[in-house]
Amino acid sequence: MIFSFNLLINAIVSGILIGGFYAAVTCGVSLSFGILDIVNIAQPAFIILGSYIAYTLNASLGLDPIVISIIVLPAFYLLGAVIYQIYYLAFERRGQESLRGLAFFFGLLFITEVTLVLYFGVDYRYVQAAYIGPTWHFGAIDVPLRILVPCVVSLLMIALLQLLLSRSFIGRAIMAVAQDQLALRLMAVNPVRIKRIAFGISIATASLAGAFLIIIQPVEPSVGREYIGRIFAICVLGGMGSLPGTVIAAMLIGIVESLTATFYGPSWAPAVSFGILLLTLAVRPAGLLGR
Amino acid sequence: MRTIPFLIVCLAVGAAVFAGAIASGNDYLFFAGYVVMQYIVLATAWNILGGYCGYVNFGTAGFFGIGAYVTVAIHQWHPLPIPLLVVLGGAVSAVIGYGMGYLTLRLRGAFFAIATLALAVVLETLVVNWDYVGGSRGAYIVRPEAIAPFGSYIRYMFMIMMLLAIAALTVARLIERSRLGYGLATIRDDELAAEAAGVPTLRLKLIATTISGALMGMAGAPFPYYIGYLQPDSTFGFDYAVNAIAMSVIGGTTSWVGPLIGAVLLGSLQQLATVTISSAVNLLIVGLLLVFFVIVAPNGILGLIHKYWQHKSDDFVGRRRVDLAAAAAAPAPDGAPGAPP
Repeated sequence: MIFSFNLLINAIVSGILIGGFYAAVTCGVSLSFGILDIVNIAQPAFIILGSYIAYTLNASLGLDPIVISIIVLPAFYLLGAVIYQIYYLAFERRGQESLRGLAFFFGLLFITEVTLVLYFGVDYRYVQAAYIGPTWHFGAIDVPLRILVPCVVSLLMIALLQLLLSRSFIGRAIMAVAQDQLALRLMAVNPVRIKRIAFGISIATASLAGAFLIIIQPVEPSVGREYIGRIFAICVLGGMGSLPGTVIAAMLIGIVESLTATFYGPSWAPAVSFGILLLTLAVRPAGLLGR
Repeated sequence: MRTIPFLIVCLAVGAAVFAGAIASGNDYLFFAGYVVMQYIVLATAWNILGGYCGYVNFGTAGFFGIGAYVTVAIHQWHPLPIPLLVVLGGAVSAVIGYGMGYLTLRLRGAFFAIATLALAVVLETLVVNWDYVGGSRGAYIVRPEAIAPFGSYIRYMFMIMMLLAIAALTVARLIERSRLGYGLATIRDDELAAEAAGVPTLRLKLIATTISGALMGMAGAPFPYYIGYLQPDSTFGFDYAVNAIAMSVIGGTTSWVGPLIGAVLLGSLQQLATVTISSAVNLLIVGLLLVFFVIVAPNGILGLIHKYWQHKSDDFVGRRRVDLAAAAAAPAPDGAPGAPP
C-alpha cells in the first residue's frame, strides 16, 4: 500500500512538472486560437522545428538548448509575422478563413513535417545538457531535472507573456483586437499590425517549447501529431485565450495523463487528452476560466 | 442527366478502363489504379462534409483505419468475401461518424476540425492497445493468389474499388441535387441564417457525417488485402487526411466533379512520383500543391475552368459587373478593407 501511495505521489508530481511544459506548448495556440481566432493547427510542426534547431546547434556548437531557443526567438517571430501576413492577404481579407485557412495550416503542418523527414530522417534525436540525467530526491518523491528545468523556464515565460498582455500597450491592444476591432481602429491602431505582432509572438513561443520538448524526450518529425489533440484540449479546457487557465488546464491534463500512464500503461495516455477535449466540448465549451 | 443514365455512363467508362488495363497486360496498372480509385472514394466522401457543408474533417485516416481494422478483426475470426467486409466496415465507421458528429457538430466548425484530428489519434491508440488485431506489431493478411473469373486477385480488388468509386460519385451527385444538398449549402454559407430559416441544421450535418464516414470506412475495408501487412502507424497516418483534402480543394469543392478531377490528377501524379522519385517527396508535392491552390486558386481547377468560360463569354461590361458583384458579396472583414496591412 505504501508503495502504491509513493507511486501515486510521484505520478502527481511528474504530472504537474509535465503540465508546466504542456503550458509552454499550448500558450502559442491560446494566443492565436483563443485571442486572434486563427486556428493554427500547424503549431506542433513549428515546435518540432524548434526542437530540430536546438538539436542542430546543440550538436554542432554545444550550446545549451534553452539558450539556443532564446537566440532564435526573433527568427520564429519573423516567421510568424510572415505567415500571418500571407494568411491575412489570402484568407482573412477575403473572409474565407474558416475552411481554407484550416486547409492552409494543415498544409503547412504537413510540409514542415515532410521536409524535416527528408532532411533529418526518422531517427530519434536528442540534445546534451548538464541538467539532463540527474534527479533530485525529496524523500520518496523523485524530481528529474530534465523535466523540472523546462517546467520552471516555461512558467517564467508564461508569466512574462501575461505581464506583457496585461501591462504593455501592445499587450492591451492584442486583448482589444479580440474584443472589438472597430473600436481599435477608432483609436488609430491598425488591427492587422497588432494581430501580426500577436501571431509572431505565438509562433515565437514554439521556439522555446521545441527546446523543452527535445530536452524532455527524444524527438522525431512525427512526434508533433501527439501534441495536436493535447494542445487543443488544454486550450479549450483552460478557456480560450486565458493564460492562467492554460497553465491550470495543462497541469490537470499532465496529472491525468501521468496517472493513466502509471496505472494503465503509457500506450493509453494519448487517448486521455482527447477524452477530456470531447468532455469539455460537450459539458462546458467555455472552459475553466473562459471569458 | 438523370441518375440512371449517369450510372450507365459511369459503368461504361469503368468497363472501358478495366478492359484497357487488362489489354495492357501489366498487372502493375491494377495496383496503381486501385490506389487512385481509393482516393476517388476518400476525396468524394470528404467533400460531402467538407465541400458541401463547410465542415473540415481531418480524421479521414481515422475512418479509413476503422474500415481496415474491422476487416482485420473479422479476418482473424473467419475470412469473409470482400464485398461483405466493405458493408461491415462501412457500417461501423458510419456509426462512429454519427457519434463523432453528435458530440462535436453543435459547436463551431473549428472545434469539429480539431476533434476529428484528435479522433484519428485516439482510434490509433485503441488499435495499438488491441492485441487481437495485432496491436502495435501490425497484422499480416495473406491475399489469395487468384479468384475465379478474374484471374489475379488484384484485378478483382480493383474492380471492387472502382465500383465503390462509382457508387460514391453517384451518392455525392444525388446529394448535390437534393434537398439535403441545398440544406448543406445553406449551412456552409451561413449556419445561423439557415437555422433561423428553419433548416434542420444538426440533422442534416449528422446525415452528412454519417454518409461521409461510411464511405471512408468502405474505402478502407479492402485495404488490408491490398497491402498485406497492416500497421496502425501508417494506417492512421496523416497521408490520407491531407490527400483527401488536397484532392478536393485542388479539384474544386463545389461539385462532385472536383474531387474526381483532383483524385485522378493527384493520385496518378503520386503513383508516378512514388515510382520515379520517392514516396516522401510525393507527399511534399501534395502539401505544397494544397497550400498553393488554397492561396492562389481557392476554388480549385473547377473554379479556374468556370472563370475561363466566363471570361470568354462575357464582354468587358459583363466582366465588370461580375467583379462588382463579387466585391459586394464579399463580407466586409473586421480589419479595414483595402487598408495598408
